[in-house]
Amino acid sequence: MADKILAKDKLGEFLGKLQADYELHAPQEIEGKAQWAPLAQAEDALWEFSNTHMSPKEYFFPQTECMMRFVNQQDGEDGMVMHAEPELEGKRLLLNIRPCDAKAFSVLDMIFVQDEMTNDLYWKDKRDKTTLVGLACSDPCPTCFCTSMNCGPASTTGLDALLFDLGDKLLVRALTEKGEAVAEGLDEAGEAEAAAAEEQTKAAEAKITSEVGMDQVNARSVMELYEAGMWDRVYESCLNCGTCTYACPTCHCFDIQDETQGGEGRRVRNWDNCMSWLFTMHGTGHNPRGTKKDRVRQRFMHKFKYIPVKRGGEIGCVGCGRCVLLCPVNIDVRRVVNDMNA
Amino acid sequence: MEAVAEKIRETAAKLLSEGKVDCVIGYAQGSVPMRDYPYFAYTPEEAQNLTWSPFCCNNLANFLIRRPKGEIGKVAITAQGCVSRSIVGLIKENQIAREDVYILGVPSPGMVDRRKVAERFPLKTITEVTVDGEDLIVKGADFEERIPQKEVRRDNCYTCVQRNPVICDEMMAEEGPADWGGDIDKVAAPWEKLEPAQRWEAFVGEIDSCIRCYACRDACPLCYCHVCFVDESMPQWCGKTQDEADVATFHILRAFHCAGRCTDCGACESACPQGIKVRRFTSKIEKDIRELYDYTPGMDLEATPPLSVYRPNDPQEFIK
Amino acid sequence: MRNTYIPYPVRIKKAEVATEDKQLKTFLLEFMNEQEGEDFDYTPGQFAELSVSGYGEIPIGIASSPTEGNDLLFTVNKVGSVSTQLHNMNEGDVMGVRGPLGNSYPLAEMEGKNITIVAGGFAVTTLRSTMIWLLDPANRSKYGEITFIYGARTPGLLLYEDEWRQWRESGQANVNITIDREAEGWDGLVGFVPTVCEEVAPKPDNAVALICGPPVMIRFTQPVFDKLGWQPEQIVMSLENRMKCGIGICGRCNVGPEYVCKDGPVFTKAHLDQLPKEY
Repeated sequence: MADKILAKDKLGEFLGKLQADYELHAPQEIEGKAQWAPLAQAEDALWEFSNTHMSPKEYFFPQTECMMRFVNQQDGEDGMVMHAEPELEGKRLLLNIRPCDAKAFSVLDMIFVQDEMTNDLYWKDKRDKTTLVGLACSDPCPTCFCTSMNCGPASTTGLDALLFDLGDKLLVRALTEKGEAVAEGLDEAGEAEAAAAEEQTKAAEAKITSEVGMDQVNARSVMELYEAGMWDRVYESCLNCGTCTYACPTCHCFDIQDETQGGEGRRVRNWDNCMSWLFTMHGTGHNPRGTKKDRVRQRFMHKFKYIPVKRGGEIGCVGCGRCVLLCPVNIDVRRVVNDMNA
Repeated sequence: MEAVAEKIRETAAKLLSEGKVDCVIGYAQGSVPMRDYPYFAYTPEEAQNLTWSPFCCNNLANFLIRRPKGEIGKVAITAQGCVSRSIVGLIKENQIAREDVYILGVPSPGMVDRRKVAERFPLKTITEVTVDGEDLIVKGADFEERIPQKEVRRDNCYTCVQRNPVICDEMMAEEGPADWGGDIDKVAAPWEKLEPAQRWEAFVGEIDSCIRCYACRDACPLCYCHVCFVDESMPQWCGKTQDEADVATFHILRAFHCAGRCTDCGACESACPQGIKVRRFTSKIEKDIRELYDYTPGMDLEATPPLSVYRPNDPQEFIK
Repeated sequence: MRNTYIPYPVRIKKAEVATEDKQLKTFLLEFMNEQEGEDFDYTPGQFAELSVSGYGEIPIGIASSPTEGNDLLFTVNKVGSVSTQLHNMNEGDVMGVRGPLGNSYPLAEMEGKNITIVAGGFAVTTLRSTMIWLLDPANRSKYGEITFIYGARTPGLLLYEDEWRQWRESGQANVNITIDREAEGWDGLVGFVPTVCEEVAPKPDNAVALICGPPVMIRFTQPVFDKLGWQPEQIVMSLENRMKCGIGICGRCNVGPEYVCKDGPVFTKAHLDQLPKEY
């Protein structure tokens, strides 16, 4: 499909039509920050923001998700037998998702959906029923390093359509069938507009000053990186909280717990994080990652070495920079990976 | 501030080269604006990275504990009033020995709350913040503004009762005046005047954005239990989901576990990625402790914490 | 596609305390839906998540062999909240099984070779599955000599006595059972597993060793095999780690890039030597 054009003053009409088929969500200004929320009116959608405070991963991977329920009675009818929660009803559209966040979900697709046994239907169902319409970045922040992570301000991986904000109008580039369905009926864009989008992307790429090297990380073996001396200086100030993990669009570790109340029970999954000492603790008291150093090293090794090894080179990081901004002790992932790469 | 930073670097280098301490715990300049981060200097060369600024918002006493015993021998630590009080608390609770810590005292008028600065430029990216005397110069792609520090300090810094260190081995600057403190009781417990139903609403409203990352707990020097109550499984005291009841349980119980021990250092609020005003949960409890037991935590190495001791004449009208 | 987080409902057909300290109990589980039992296709070495509704799941090696029918056998150690609840459950109670999970012992690659099996303590569970499978008439002729070495602290802590006595009597395997110290009424071998391995001295020529046991046993058994000339590629081990999803997603059981629940739990020593020791 050719590029399309949508004038911003026609946005209300356009989104109104989409609302008939999709539940719309977009970043909006909430308490002074860009945050994801259901979009009630077109005017509420943000066009000028760096990125949202927290990633939109909750749309596919809620922090607390009930997976199945059961009747909590041994001798009840169908007692103690687990039944899956119903699927998502209706379709959703995430508007103005940044390319880095969309790419993150493509990386997670490789982990959540692998084969007949490793097939997370909860994730897949939400992914299948959601359309991602991205907004290319025109003004990356000093902490962005997407270009070092096989991503970029106008990366298309994982998006159904990509928008370029050209001031009074948007260039609409459909990338998949779902994207084409969204762009249907819009006027075709001209060459000048496509060129303007190209210029914008080039300027945005030039603005990214953070550089993170991965060539040596890729070349070295797992054990070489694991046994490097640099980890001693990384873990010292880490609080082992979950801030980086929960803010990160590619972090996906979770815990599964059962809860009961009277005659009802459910099995839920919650976000978990490898920074917690409990994460790997055996029932016997043996803890394979019992020291803070082990846990801090695990997180970086997982994202920058183990995932690339297992997933054909895909990195478990998209360079969004949220962890850099939010870490309470300013452990900077860019610095850590450059040290791994030194 | 620069003079203080210089004195810290000088003193640290001296202590390390003379072998008096194995490590100096202080701050180094962060990689993002308004952020200095906890730094461990092991050599006189590394000591040159130490700094001091209005952006030192962690509680370094946190790093004196939760390390395998003997891992870093004797340490020196830069500490302002609230942090020195935390150190007193940890000594009283037998978590560290007085002789293992060499305290570099720093008088502090207060630290800047980076969120209050960011709030003045909603949705904009701040690229640089520099200290200019009593002001901050805040720069972004298309703006530059001067803000007086005293307008954007952390909440706890306004009402701090102890800006000078309570104990120290060497001062890095002259102590501030004796009447330098704020009046904490004037603003403590802002929810006190609310009716219980409104109080509950204010509380759940405040924890609404909590993501159970436990940064508040992990940044706090008081939270050093080997197994935190939220991690227990037999029995499980607190659920792990985002149900309001579970999130509320965590915050309520943690506040009570800090009762009579919290020095109002603000590290919890600074650490929280969601900007939750975590101090509100403890401030009422601490006010009650002040009123009922005439006790302020961490001021005195000899004083006995009221909740660790039973006295026959303890106030008990609140027991109904 | 099947939702692989949902356990198959099963009923406890038999539950018996298996050891004198009552810490281990053996459960025979039957599928409530016969077709699911038919379709549950597993091979020795694999494990399943035993689900106790309201308490959680625990990953336990499958002790039964697929040659024994559709019922599944598990021996469970009482350690935490799920296993304690399981121990307190009755015959006839409903619970769940999720699986089969993980990879299995490399039985196909082992064809034509001599097999040495070394088990310490209750790590013997999946090796029961393996021995029964190997000794099954349909399979036995495909393999060379089979040597089985199994030790526990006391006679009352040995599992599967009926089975290993039967294996010994069949003459189809060289069965060595040992206990740590002399005990009344015991006329078998006495000595730690590493010592017995040294005495039995299995030869590495055209052979594979399956070694399962607690870390302390492994630590002392490994040098014995090194001295006998065994290469790391010939030694196969089965790991344990804390698990939740069991299908390679939730991220907690990893040893380096490998997930114990999906890429393991069976690994050769050669492979493990290249991975961090986070297990």
